[in-house]
Amino acid sequence: MSETESPQRRIGVYICHCGGNISDYVDVERVREAISADPDVVVGKTTLFACADGTQHEMIDDIHAEGLDGLVVASCSPKLHTTTFRGVSTRADLNPYAYTQVNIREQDSWAHTDDHEGATQKAIALVQAGIAKTRLSLPLEPLRVETVPATMVVGGGITGLRTAIGLADIGIAVTIVEREAEVGGWVGRLGPMFPHNASGRDQISQLMAEIARRPTITVLTNAELVGKTGSFGNYTAKVKLRTETTEELRQFQVGTFVIATGADVYSPEVGELGYGIDGVVTIHEFGALVDAAQGSGSLTWQGRKVRSVAYVYCVGNRQVGGNEYCSKFCCAATVHASIKVADLDPSIRQFHLHRDVRAYGKYELMYTESRERGSVYMRYPDDALPSIEQMPDKRLAVTVTDALTSQDEITLPVDLVVLVTGMVPRDNDDLTTLLKLPTGDDGFYNEIHPKLRPVETVVDGVLIAGACQGPKPATEAVSGGLAAVTQSAGILKKGFAELDPLVATVTESLCTGCGDCLTTCPYDAISSYVCDEGQKASIAAASCKGCGGCVPVCPEDAIDLLGYTSAQMMAAIDGLSVKEPVA
Amino acid sequence: MSDHGGTGEPMPRILVFSTNNISDPGIDLAGSRHLHYPATVSVLAVPCSSGIKPAWILHALETGQDGVFIASDGEECAYLPDCAERTASIVTQAQALMAEKGLEPQRLKMAAVCSVCAEPFANYMREFAAALNELGPRPVPVG
Ligand SMILES: Cc1cc2nc3c(=O)[nH]c(=O)nc-3n(C[C@H](O)[C@H](O)[C@H](O)COP(=O)(O)OP(=O)(O)OC[C@H]3O[C@@H](n4cnc5c(N)ncnc54)[C@H](O)[C@@H]3O)c2cc1C
Ligand code: SF4
Ligand code: SF4
Ligand code: SF4
Repeated sequence: MSETESPQRRIGVYICHCGGNISDYVDVERVREAISADPDVVVGKTTLFACADGTQHEMIDDIHAEGLDGLVVASCSPKLHTTTFRGVSTRADLNPYAYTQVNIREQDSWAHTDDHEGATQKAIALVQAGIAKTRLSLPLEPLRVETVPATMVVGGGITGLRTAIGLADIGIAVTIVEREAEVGGWVGRLGPMFPHNASGRDQISQLMAEIARRPTITVLTNAELVGKTGSFGNYTAKVKLRTETTEELRQFQVGTFVIATGADVYSPEVGELGYGIDGVVTIHEFGALVDAAQGSGSLTWQGRKVRSVAYVYCVGNRQVGGNEYCSKFCCAATVHASIKVADLDPSIRQFHLHRDVRAYGKYELMYTESRERGSVYMRYPDDALPSIEQMPDKRLAVTVTDALTSQDEITLPVDLVVLVTGMVPRDNDDLTTLLKLPTGDDGFYNEIHPKLRPVETVVDGVLIAGACQGPKPATEAVSGGLAAVTQSAGILKKGFAELDPLVATVTESLCTGCGDCLTTCPYDAISSYVCDEGQKASIAAASCKGCGGCVPVCPEDAIDLLGYTSAQMMAAIDGLSVKEPVA
Repeated sequence: MSDHGGTGEPMPRILVFSTNNISDPGIDLAGSRHLHYPATVSVLAVPCSSGIKPAWILHALETGQDGVFIASDGEECAYLPDCAERTASIVTQAQALMAEKGLEPQRLKMAAVCSVCAEPFANYMREFAAALNELGPRPVPVG
């Protein structure tokens, strides 16, 4: 803009040194001088750390003292501090959408450590563009949408069932959607589990008894979520219910989803570590055998008494180039199984061939007990897996190197070999696509942040919990479910939700009703209405995701995306081109 | 063209349109790793590359930018399943507008830049700057 134009706004601009991260390469004082020439810039300051508490207070004081109506902070990436400075604005009664973050660190000083002059000129241009965006910013209020106090829990394993009870107890209605004919997931198929030996089946029955006492929980089995429409806090979920002969579609209004679809267990290839040979079983198959033996009092395989067992750990896990993760539950489950075997018959010889035993936390006590009761633990080298062969007498020969004692191979004759198989992501492509769930390289669902937002996903109102996020023991799976209860409550208990108002709008006077935009929005946010002047388009703010995809479609330039209006973008482009004024 | 840069070579000015959630983090990462590219490259972020108006591209080329680069989401766009086609159509429309003004179509480039595409982004910028240098100064006077 030219110097003669009269001031329109009262903008405060803060240029950050970021210690020296910015000011070592960008002459921040020159940036301040250059932008202070703008008649709308009332406060122009450099600061050592813009995000520091003291600076935030100073900004609030300046906003009040100078009556500022716009804020520009030139510091790091908007990903880091947009919320911080929107908060500063709100605390100072300044519209948070009159604030613009300018990235002069990641996209300037750090990228041009070799060109101080270039980096300084670029900073001036970027700050000018930011000022231009703030200058043309409109005061916006967060969108308020009513929320439905109901949650759909997808997956009726231990995580989903416990989550449902937690939700019902704080007044949120729940629909559990379970794909199989029975609820319970893996735990529902297990006998005595670690820790405490409580039976998995009994724990599921207990949860189902609790659910039966809560009329606000509906359990649907043979059911699948097949559709989701609507917007944040108020979705319509379509569920397909199957019986042997019929298929029925039902709709539910829900505010949030908790995805608790669990994981699968790794199934070894035939031939992998002898799998397929009679007597080579997975930990899951072995667990069932041990539980069945509790009644008869002796462990048998094909009618013969089992005298010795070798466990091979980490099958399908911790493999370079394969499933690189550790499944966390399988060491403890195996150590626990060996104690159950010792309970049955202390004379059975047990060899644990591991890659190091991850019986962490309190599970360490089980490991100690297992060793005290005769189990022998041997570490096999990462690059030399044990080999398993059938001997002429049908017993099995396990050949292994004990990495901790000698380099020589030893061969153990045993009756049973147990492959300690971990977890793999469950095949759930339809659900993943329907909900646009983000998946990590390992195939499990991804949370936004492992520590700070451990059960939220980037999809609004869709939470994840339990083994669908990654392999884990049931204790940890249930904790995640209860975290999802809290997050659902946080969204739903207020009765309304606030959404970012950066959505598309139609300027009625410009719209000629041509209809070009009507089919461009995949979220069905655009509809038409008839007024005195004829047909017009309108955009439902609560359904609009703010992508801007409809903006270039309109031949009349009638659609604008708030926060990125044409006027703002054109002015920002001008800001980039304005040369540094000669002092 | 800008005359600084230390190498004596003229540095073309490039405007990059990035996307808030995918390509902008990729460009951030290039900086975090101190991968150098010309300082005459500036970035404006938008939510999705499908929302860029051809008129903005033309305006940039008429106000001092030598080239415009759209760092799109490719197949990763979380908003629009047909994002790549929509952005491609914006490029076609913009190139038509540019042709009317006598601007070469090579001044507009598009490529997908993912959230960890630091190295590819820095390379794109160096290559685009070199290509623009080859092309010479803009045929239209700068206002
Ligand atoms: C052999 C074995 C032994 C174990 N022993 C122990 C132990 O002793 N102690 C311990 O703490 N942990 C143990 N674990 C781990 C424990 O089983 C898991 O932590 C637990 O099952 C995780 O519960 P979940 O509800 O998250 O997942 P799951 O148990 O996998 O349940 C998920 C449910 O979601 C359903 N589902 C999946 N996809 C869909 C869909 N698209 N729509 C609707 N429904 C769907 C599934 O049918 C299933 O019912 C063991 C695991 C195994 C395999
Ligand atoms: S928990 Fe499972 S994957 Fe992890 S070390 Fe133990 S056996 Fe291997
Ligand atoms: S901005 Fe995107 S989500 Fe909003 S109405 Fe336009 S196309 Fe639909
Ligand atoms: S494309 Fe533009 S002019 Fe046509 S109906 Fe939509 S908003 Fe109105």
